[in-house]
Amino acid sequence: MKVLVMVKRVTDPNVTIRPNTDSSDVDLNNVKMAMNPFCEIATEEAVRLKEAGIASEIIVMTIGEKQSQEQLRTALAMGADRGILIETDATLEPLNIAKLAAKVVEQEQIDLVLLGKQSSDKDNNQTGQMLAAIKDWGQATFASKLDIKDDKVTVTREVDTGLQVIGLNLPAVITCDLRLNTPRFASLPNIMKAKRKPLEIKPAADFAIDLTSRIKMLHAESPQVREAGEMVGSVKELIEKLKTVEGVL
Amino acid sequence: MTILIIAEHDNTNLKDMTLNTVTAALAIGGDIDLLIAGENCQSAASEAARISGINRVLVADNACYKGQLSENVSALIMSIAANYSHIMAPSTANGKNILPRVAAKLDVSVLSDIIAVESPDTFKRSIYAGNIIATLQSSDAIKVITVRGTAFSPADKNGSATMASLEQVHDEALSMFIRDDTVVNERAELTSAKIVISGGRGMQNGENFSMLEQIADKVGAAVGATRAAVDAGFVPNDMQVGQTGKIVAPDLYVAVAISGAVQHLAGMKESKVIVAINKDPDAPIFQWADYGLIADLFDALPELEQAL
Ligand SMILES: Cc1cc2nc3c(=O)[nH]c(=O)nc-3n(C[C@H](O)[C@H](O)[C@H](O)COP(=O)(O)OP(=O)(O)OC[C@H]3O[C@@H](n4cnc5c(N)ncnc54)[C@H](O)[C@@H]3O)c2cc1C
Ligand SMILES: Nc1ncnc2c1ncn2[C@@H]1O[C@H](COP(=O)(O)O)[C@@H](O)[C@H]1O
Repeated sequence: MKVLVMVKRVTDPNVTIRPNTDSSDVDLNNVKMAMNPFCEIATEEAVRLKEAGIASEIIVMTIGEKQSQEQLRTALAMGADRGILIETDATLEPLNIAKLAAKVVEQEQIDLVLLGKQSSDKDNNQTGQMLAAIKDWGQATFASKLDIKDDKVTVTREVDTGLQVIGLNLPAVITCDLRLNTPRFASLPNIMKAKRKPLEIKPAADFAIDLTSRIKMLHAESPQVREAGEMVGSVKELIEKLKTVEGVL
Repeated sequence: MTILIIAEHDNTNLKDMTLNTVTAALAIGGDIDLLIAGENCQSAASEAARISGINRVLVADNACYKGQLSENVSALIMSIAANYSHIMAPSTANGKNILPRVAAKLDVSVLSDIIAVESPDTFKRSIYAGNIIATLQSSDAIKVITVRGTAFSPADKNGSATMASLEQVHDEALSMFIRDDTVVNERAELTSAKIVISGGRGMQNGENFSMLEQIADKVGAAVGATRAAVDAGFVPNDMQVGQTGKIVAPDLYVAVAISGAVQHLAGMKESKVIVAINKDPDAPIFQWADYGLIADLFDALPELEQAL
């Protein structure tokens, strides 16, 4: 079974992002970048499928600027077999990411695509569902457990009321949630080995897909700051404030 | 403009977030239809017909919509999508699972989790873990939108919409519902409760959460948790509040043994009054709290329960 893992280069979740000077967009100059945490989980799951003898090959793919190779190398060091960078300097919407991914899925004859449930920078939570739609495949979002037997997958999903278990036939698209696994740290020898794994770079323009944005950012601003609060000395004082000052108890 | 809203419900009852989504749709303007897809969902449909401001309730009642399987519900929506200028859903697990699939079939983008309607094509949403509010304009012919419930007030329920049933069945047979492992919860719904009391990693284990539950039961609150508490297995995933969990904005949010990471704040910082109880005076949560109490939870919680 051939597995495609999609990983995204995002701003490090620990960095506070601010608007640029004319508030037309966000300021990402010199911001530390990282692999989207949900994509680390997707990569880990693929590697476990290979270790379990279920996956035969893991291809890791990203769409983005040249530097996104760093995130591919990280995934290769975790255990993916080869990488594909679809290079573009444009920030593409999930719809266009999904369209490019669908092409690679066809070219590489992929059986299972693993993605993160959402990107931690934009919180879109769309790409996997869109890819499944374009391919007309079954989808399981927010996976916290996978069980693959032959061409059937049983997936436990994290939903608002707890968990939901569904079945899918392969080929399929699965997006990974936080509790699916704990991603490994790549060891130094594996980081060295990953430098020699194949990594193909293709310009996005080669795919002959219209990648025009449908959504335009008009304005970016920081949220309103909350007024400073006060410290209370005791539980009694706290309850008093909530009852009399705020009227919320 | 004609707007289609995909209702969130459990077949018996409508979920409150549907009402907030109706308010967002009313801000856009135009006629509103509401779709109820499910199995034995007539009771939820009758409830939906009472929402003020909507025209019609479209009901698709079939076993293939059990569990809101995205493939089937999307195919159902596609069968009527061409009639609408906007297709909206609350940004629940179901809304997020279904609408992007519909959008890709329509070859349009999605605006996820909007927090304000500026005009029929311009909306605001929060990105970068709540550090940026972006104003976005869509040029798509059909706008597909999920709505953050806490950002809109709930619509009233004194209307009388007409009902129509959608008889054609859309069973794509791509996925199969196996079961729901629903967490039975007698307390108020996290996303609509007036008071939320959440515990973090400092709670140490699941048993200690009963201290929060006892207080919650006295004041009619819902109980939430941080990702750290869920990851550690103290409590189930449906209790996670934050950027990648549920977004809440109650009148009162009490954060107990929670440090105040930006990803947690993203899910609760719009609460009206925030209380933090933490034994570390330097915990970042205190910068966001209206009232901070530096205390050990094992002292403060029993005292709080006693006093209420
Ligand atoms: C992509 C991504 C998404 C994330 N999504 C979410 C999300 O949706 N929701 C979320 O919550 N987090 C999320 N996180 C995790 C987040 O970054 C923090 O790690 C998490 O919120 C920390 O939880 P905590 O405050 O319970 O734990 P900690 O940071 O460990 O804090 C525990 C606190 O308890 C206090 N404490 C300990 N013992 C006591 C005691 N006896 N009495 C009083 N106080 C005590 C300590 O002083 C400390 O402040 C996400 C992270 C990433 C990278
Ligand atoms: N530029 C990209 N390159 C590769 N994968 C991506 C990209 N954008 C999104 N994805 C995948 O889609 C998932 C969900 O992202 P999103 O829909 O943007 O929230 C991510 O976790 C990735 O697996």
